Amino acid sequence: MSGTFVGMPAFQRAAHEAVRNETLRGNLRHATHTIRAKRAHAVAEVSDWAELREAGKRIKDHTLRHLDRYLVRVEEAVTAAGGVVHWAADADEANRIVAELVKATGESEVVKVKSMATQEIGLNEALEAEGIHAYETDLAELIVQLGKDRPSHILVPAIHRNRGEIRDIFRSEMSEWGRPAPEGLSDSPAELAEAARLHLREKFLRAKVGISGANFVVAETGTLVVVESEGNGRMCLTLPETLISVVGIEKIVPTWRDLEVFLQTLPRSSTAERMNPYTSTWTGTTDSDGPKNFHLVLLDNGRTDTLADEVGRQALRCIRCSACLNVCPVYERAGGHAYGSVYPGPIGAILSPQLRGTQSEIDASLPYASSLCGACYEVCPVAIDIPEVLVHLRERVAQGGTVTREGTKVVLRPAKGHAAERAAMRAARWAFSHPGALRTGQRLASRTRRFHPRTLPGPGRAWSGSRDLPPVPAEPFRDWWQRTNGGKDGVK
Amino acid sequence: MSSRDVILGRVRRALADVTPDETPYELALPRDYEREHGGRSVAQTVELLAENLADYRALVHRCATVPELSALIAGLLAGRGARSVLVPPGLDEAWLADTGADVTRVPDGAESTAAELDRVDSVLTGCAVAIAETGTLVLDGSPDQGRRRITLIPDHHICVVRVPDQVVGAVPQAMERLDPVRPLTWISGPSATSDIELDRVEGVHGPRTLEVVLLGGADGS
Ligand code: SF4
Repeated sequence: MSGTFVGMPAFQRAAHEAVRNETLRGNLRHATHTIRAKRAHAVAEVSDWAELREAGKRIKDHTLRHLDRYLVRVEEAVTAAGGVVHWAADADEANRIVAELVKATGESEVVKVKSMATQEIGLNEALEAEGIHAYETDLAELIVQLGKDRPSHILVPAIHRNRGEIRDIFRSEMSEWGRPAPEGLSDSPAELAEAARLHLREKFLRAKVGISGANFVVAETGTLVVVESEGNGRMCLTLPETLISVVGIEKIVPTWRDLEVFLQTLPRSSTAERMNPYTSTWTGTTDSDGPKNFHLVLLDNGRTDTLADEVGRQALRCIRCSACLNVCPVYERAGGHAYGSVYPGPIGAILSPQLRGTQSEIDASLPYASSLCGACYEVCPVAIDIPEVLVHLRERVAQGGTVTREGTKVVLRPAKGHAAERAAMRAARWAFSHPGALRTGQRLASRTRRFHPRTLPGPGRAWSGSRDLPPVPAEPFRDWWQRTNGGKDGVK
Repeated sequence: MSSRDVILGRVRRALADVTPDETPYELALPRDYEREHGGRSVAQTVELLAENLADYRALVHRCATVPELSALIAGLLAGRGARSVLVPPGLDEAWLADTGADVTRVPDGAESTAAELDRVDSVLTGCAVAIAETGTLVLDGSPDQGRRRITLIPDHHICVVRVPDQVVGAVPQAMERLDPVRPLTWISGPSATSDIELDRVEGVHGPRTLEVVLLGGADGS
């Protein structure tokens, strides 16, 4: 995965800096708390949330377990519907394929729907190097692109910017990219949205090539699904003559009917809405409606390596709702940039080190970017046990072990420089000053006992070489105390 | 070796630990969730649709008969000062019977450019299915709904829903009725963004005004 932010310091250092940025923290706290409260309400409206969550988990697990079969089915169905399927083993290959497809149209401009996959592979930069300008059309992505910035949230990438900052960016940058910001632009959200509407409409109306990702791909029918709010997605998916969709191979669901689960859980979990304003589905090409040419690029880029890890593969169930970011106390304080990847927050902490490996300092530090409080697992609409994977990855970083890289098994040595332990101690310091997080963290530590290392990493190795580490108790003391009323109610 | 073979090979090796399981998918996947949430009469379902549409800032109107509808539509267009309206090829002509000659009817044609559509004031369509629990209209490109782009570019969309036949309670019931081979557009309220400090603002790119007419009697019968 080429998506490591260049020159990015390890999580803890980046977080340390971010925590001192008052504006950033204020923006983030406001945003995550607002969306968190709304989400709880939206979820409570659906009485069968637990069953939907279980079905979502099972659909994704089943697909992953038979992924070879479903990939072939997607290829057959999309081809039969008039699309062309391409396979990309890594970011470079995907970028090359897309650049060639764009060049074949003779165009040097493309409009883009917000897509994590294309950010992950650094598509915009790769296209720029080929002389092709890619315009982000999602409002938040536009803010990020105009501000020469990095996204900091999966769903609301400009969450770290407030309205004043956005107005300043529009005023100073829009004219470089096309239609300038209107005279006297204020910082009211309605005026800012209007400025974006005018600026982008000019691009939509002349665009010949659109690039998107997809939220889901239905294997049975070859149908792609894009879920959005603004309508910029619909613009890019229907106005251009050529549509190129870059999609991670984990986005597949087996049948059309499976969408009934995710179209209920995704909007409520992400934007806390009963349904997002727009959803588009398309199957290949349709006569005189929408693009005449459709290309699907199936992207691996570390996903098969993730699939090879029996504990870590559950991260591939992720439907990118971003609920785990909004409940994470570490994300709330550190901000999305500290994660050094397009996938921030708890999901980023388990996905990036798996997609990219744990060789770099930032990736080795990510599994420690958590207090293990378990809130991310509770909200996840596909029940990814993020804390379990974090503990598993910590063990890998500290102890080394066998992992799969680019399809080949390799043996990792323990991380050098003891960054991991230092990070662990910092996380511990934070947890000890936050009793609530500590309590849930301990509960988790008990639940994941079997994953804990039996020897200490780094300098502690010699010490623990001749001693056993004290085992984590089956039940945290606090829980035992509460359950037994301080021992008065008997021990069992 | 092609990348296709590389990826499929990696997938198969990655799954070496998984015990083969040939249970058919319908059996492998229990669906314990509800088809819809709670029992509702037909009238209540229509009522819920109206409520949820309004909650997402769509403007909801009701009428019982086609003549009433045509008067209503003429009023809605006049109210906005619309001078042109996009019309899908299979739209019931009677819906526009009361609309005067001062409003130009622009037919939805494959040859019309996006820039031309951008100059039209309003668009009038039917729909395929409406979902009460989520306040969603689904368009499937049938002749009374036209191409996907016509309900996107103009700033004002009037969508007529025949109640109760086109209304379902919940998402699973809608999936059964829809044909995945058709390009589908699901619309829940007007275009919106919450990207600026999570303040909801209507209309960034799609129509900023969505008016829904429930045709078939105010009591939903
Ligand atoms: S891990 Fe779960 S909660 Fe987090 S973004 Fe993915 S699906 Fe949503």
